[in-house]
Amino acid sequence: MNWGSLDQFLAMGGYATYVWGSYIVSVLVLAVEVVLLRRRHRTLRAGAGRSAQQPDTVA
Amino acid sequence: MAFNWFKYSSPQTFYPLAGRLVPFFAVLAAVLGAIGLYIGFFVAPTDFQQGEAYRIIFIHVPAAWMSMFIYLVMAAWAALGLILNTRLSSMMATALAPTGALMTFLALWTGALWGKPMWGTWWAWDARMTSELILLFLYIGFMALQASIDDPRRADKAGAILALVGAVNVPIIYFSVKWWNTLHQGASISVGRSPSMASTMLLGMLVMALAYWMYSIAVTLMRVRSIILERERNTQWVRDLPGAPA
Repeated sequence: MNWGSLDQFLAMGGYATYVWGSYIVSVLVLAVEVVLLRRRHRTLRAGAGRSAQQPDTVA
Repeated sequence: MAFNWFKYSSPQTFYPLAGRLVPFFAVLAAVLGAIGLYIGFFVAPTDFQQGEAYRIIFIHVPAAWMSMFIYLVMAAWAALGLILNTRLSSMMATALAPTGALMTFLALWTGALWGKPMWGTWWAWDARMTSELILLFLYIGFMALQASIDDPRRADKAGAILALVGAVNVPIIYFSVKWWNTLHQGASISVGRSPSMASTMLLGMLVMALAYWMYSIAVTLMRVRSIILERERNTQWVRDLPGAPA
């Protein structure tokens, strides 16, 4: 175990800005990618259901 | 001759298959990520030179590795699409590009935040960093080029040529720390030499790299499903899909 307390953990030996700045941005970027992809897929599936009611002549 | 894998090269067959694979890779990514972060913060010791700042390595190196690896996989799918004229191969290349660009951005971002306390600068125009920045521009160029061409099949071909020409940059990034005198440190692990770090640090880094790998597969499969729906929206099988979100 490296940390005596939560404060020590958050302080990261004086490098908190750099360590947490890296981790928070990485987690945010990856999470936003997943959220956007889920939304994109959901919208497309909703659209697929709608276009089924108005089929055009092209197979 | 109908090999089994040809069956899955059809977007219609691959769409539900990818849907079944996504949760599998997503769970793997989450579990490996949790283990890797635990090792990285609670098992791996403080570095005697860099203090706690070195802990950026657990997300910096995986992002950098994925940024290069995804590019090579993207170029390979693009080449396959160009040669065999298979639609799904080109869709895979298109689906990989945004994730590759994000990984490149994260490698640069975490690198800057690591470089500042260790080297005293956010950025230097040295070979490793400059070639990684060029990789980001290659991804963005690939996406912009594809977006600028209306006909998807022509967009695939143009993108494939850009991806293949740009692939020469990947070995340049990888070997840059050997070929040139760079501010960036040498490879952390390489064949035929014992790793230059404590074994728990190495383990944490490798587990995180696996987590990033599984994440990349999961999001790429999610994206290719959307691309399939967009490109095949005028086909009967897409029309027959239940409209409810899956």
